[in-house]
Amino acid sequence: MIRVTDLSKSYGSRLAVDSLNFEAKQGEILGFLGPNGAGKTTTMRILTGYMPPTSGTATIAGYDVVADSLEVRKRVGYLPETVPLYTDMTVYDYLKFMADLRHLPNADDRVTETLDQVGLLDRAEGYIGSLSKGMRQRVGLAQALLHKPEVLILDEPTIGLDPAQIIEVRKLIRDVGKERTVLLSTHILSEAQQICDRILIINKGKIVVEDTPENLQSKLAGAQRVQLRVRGEADELAGKISGLAGMQEVKVLSDGSIEFQFAPGKDLRPEVAKLTIEAKYDLLELRQINLSLEEIFLQLTREDLPAEEPEPEEEAE
Amino acid sequence: MRNIWTIAKREYSQYFISPIAYAVAFLLLVVTGLVFVLTIMSISQNQSFTSDAPDTRAVTSLIAFLLMLFTPALTMRLIADEIRMGTMELLLTAPLRDYELVIGKWLGVFLFILTLIAITLIFPFMMNGMAKPGIDQVLMMSGYLGVILVAAALLSLGVGISAIFSNQIAAFFTTMALFIVLWWLIGAPANILPSGGEVFNYLSISSQLSSINNGSLSLSGVIYFLSLTALGLFVGSTAVEIRRWR
Repeated sequence: MIRVTDLSKSYGSRLAVDSLNFEAKQGEILGFLGPNGAGKTTTMRILTGYMPPTSGTATIAGYDVVADSLEVRKRVGYLPETVPLYTDMTVYDYLKFMADLRHLPNADDRVTETLDQVGLLDRAEGYIGSLSKGMRQRVGLAQALLHKPEVLILDEPTIGLDPAQIIEVRKLIRDVGKERTVLLSTHILSEAQQICDRILIINKGKIVVEDTPENLQSKLAGAQRVQLRVRGEADELAGKISGLAGMQEVKVLSDGSIEFQFAPGKDLRPEVAKLTIEAKYDLLELRQINLSLEEIFLQLTREDLPAEEPEPEEEAE
Repeated sequence: MRNIWTIAKREYSQYFISPIAYAVAFLLLVVTGLVFVLTIMSISQNQSFTSDAPDTRAVTSLIAFLLMLFTPALTMRLIADEIRMGTMELLLTAPLRDYELVIGKWLGVFLFILTLIAITLIFPFMMNGMAKPGIDQVLMMSGYLGVILVAAALLSLGVGISAIFSNQIAAFFTTMALFIVLWWLIGAPANILPSGGEVFNYLSISSQLSSINNGSLSLSGVIYFLSLTALGLFVGSTAVEIRRWR
């Protein structure tokens, strides 16, 4: 549905997007993750036909974003980062205007339907200027959904929303993403983890890594880390645990629990549990620690990390 | 065509909630009304009802002059404000050609001005009813045609300049400066040069307008105003397109 080949965009001498390659299939929710200034918005603006790339190509549903820009724009719903709204229009009039621009045959019905979908039906006659930030975000989302686009491109869709609204919007995106392609950018990692089928981490205009949220986690976790909590002093036990074959690192944390790491391939948890019981400790908790996406993210986007390692992965795609 | 109409319709209705538009409408109608009253008074004092038919040239040339003054205030926000508010991103990613956007914007403000011009028609009609032989119909029609042509041209240039800037004030002063040049300055060399000065007269809005206003409607005059209109729309479309590439 979306195919991006060697896409680059430079603003003057600054390279914002550096030969990007990726694809998104129909019915896939692709998360675009990266720090500010990584090139997420620029890539999205190229895909929506807002600006042409400096080099490389991008196609949406088989149409080139430069040569067949109008065809692309007909098929894409776009929610820009700063939601573009006419504050002196009512919600209804605004959506009607957008529906007319998109030549929707039953514009009035579609506007009502979409307003219902984003939960703004009761505010239809209110002026956009009087809406809260969360509601404006939803008006923007309604505008993107209005024409039932094949591809939905959302730039930070949940920014500025309260927790309840965030859950609602995420659910909405998941529903929409069942039959349509969604490309969304975010820098909330748990969000990408929850919504997306595939995550693309981008930094300085380059793809750092591309994988499913689950793989990303297990791949990057490398060695297994486990936390063990027992009643009472744990220092002595820690010493015993470090004697186990294959154990890599054992440390006692400030709260008295033990964190240990062993080589991948061999699960040492049963041995540790046996050891703990034999040593007459009361075992309270034995838990695997998943490397959070936050940690993965920090690891991957740290500048001192070599960037060549992840690149073969994007070629494989 | 449909997209142009959609943009124009929104723009037209926006003017009716804009304070600037009401200020412009108020000034235009008050000043035109005053001149109308003065014309009536001078007719009644002259007592020469049997002589020439009263003409409306004073009213139409005044409307054209006022339009020149007001246009920068009406057009400055048209595209500059979309850029500032970020809604340009919305319009440029909608299935809409760049020129459709610019023409739509122009058409919206042009229709608004046409509405105001239509309201001023009550003055000549009242004059027609008051004066015995009626007014000079040909002069009136020619004068109003001149007003409409000059409005189309000025508004188009204003829209074009608005597309270049993301700052309304910059758009306002640039438009104003261009109008001062086209209205007064460009015709000046015609009076100084011994020969070949006609071309400057041809380029001057005020001399083109006054010949139409005086009833001598020529093809070259009409072409002049239509060319200015096309130029403004072309500059606007190009500016929008250039903005994409930056």
